[in-house]
Amino acid sequence: MHRYANPARFQRLSRAVFPWSAGLTVLFLGLGLWFALFDSPPDYQQGETVRIMYIHVPAAWMSLFAYTCVAVASAVLLVWKHPLAELAARAMAPVGASFTAVCLITGSLWGEPMWGTWWVWDARLTSVLVLFFLYLGYIALANAFDDPTRGGRAAAILALVGVVNVPIIKFSVDWWNTLHQPASVMRLGGPTIDPSMLRPLLLMALGFTFYFLTVTLIRIRAEILARRLRALQFAAGAAAEPSGIRQASA
Amino acid sequence: MSTFFAMGGYAAYVWPAYGVAAAVLIGVWIASVRGLRARESEIEAVEAERPRRERR
Repeated sequence: MHRYANPARFQRLSRAVFPWSAGLTVLFLGLGLWFALFDSPPDYQQGETVRIMYIHVPAAWMSLFAYTCVAVASAVLLVWKHPLAELAARAMAPVGASFTAVCLITGSLWGEPMWGTWWVWDARLTSVLVLFFLYLGYIALANAFDDPTRGGRAAAILALVGVVNVPIIKFSVDWWNTLHQPASVMRLGGPTIDPSMLRPLLLMALGFTFYFLTVTLIRIRAEILARRLRALQFAAGAAAEPSGIRQASA
Repeated sequence: MSTFFAMGGYAAYVWPAYGVAAAVLIGVWIASVRGLRARESEIEAVEAERPRRERR
């Protein structure tokens, strides 16, 4: 793991992986959309609104996956002080927040015709809204400090405190009486969803996953450059002030 | 074709859902690429201005 702490080595790996990741994103999203919109049946109860599921559920899965990745990166940062861990977490948080927003909005659009309401304060919806606020809090906290490494560390603590929300979201439909339906894919005993619907669901989930990887690689490269820029500007500032030693971090 | 767009009467819900997802995901991709390009040109600018180190 520490081999890729060297940004140059990471850049080489990222450059090698990127075209594959981007290509697989387009492939799986293309296939997923084909099956989601054309080659899958309407639901016997929900009609064509079931097609919203092929966006809503993969987005929900990605929102949890991304947060878990941010939490893991935060743990790696705090425990091993891995330099790229902070940059990776910073890169992934906005993408995770975007998936959460898509999940919430598409959920509302699905809820209005099917449940008769845009929103309900049940356990699943409320805990996913909390997840969204955790993402926003992470991003705000990470950027709130003059010294970005302090911001990264503070935000990492927030990420780890909030990770308890992930199993809460997952099990909310079992632990509480919720309007949101229980699990029909990720459950003991296997999926109960029909294969004709599982196929576009999994294809879209794969597409979203490779999308997440691709965009994260772009964003980590940008974070590496931003950090290097900051170091150069500090060095230039120190060189311009020959007297006294400047502390780069408190 | 028009039955496809009508989505069984639920067009007002299904198409905005796909539209929001596309807008957000494409938007984040574009913003990320633009951010990377901006950082790349900033780095180039600063590295060009740096005094060259003397070659031994």
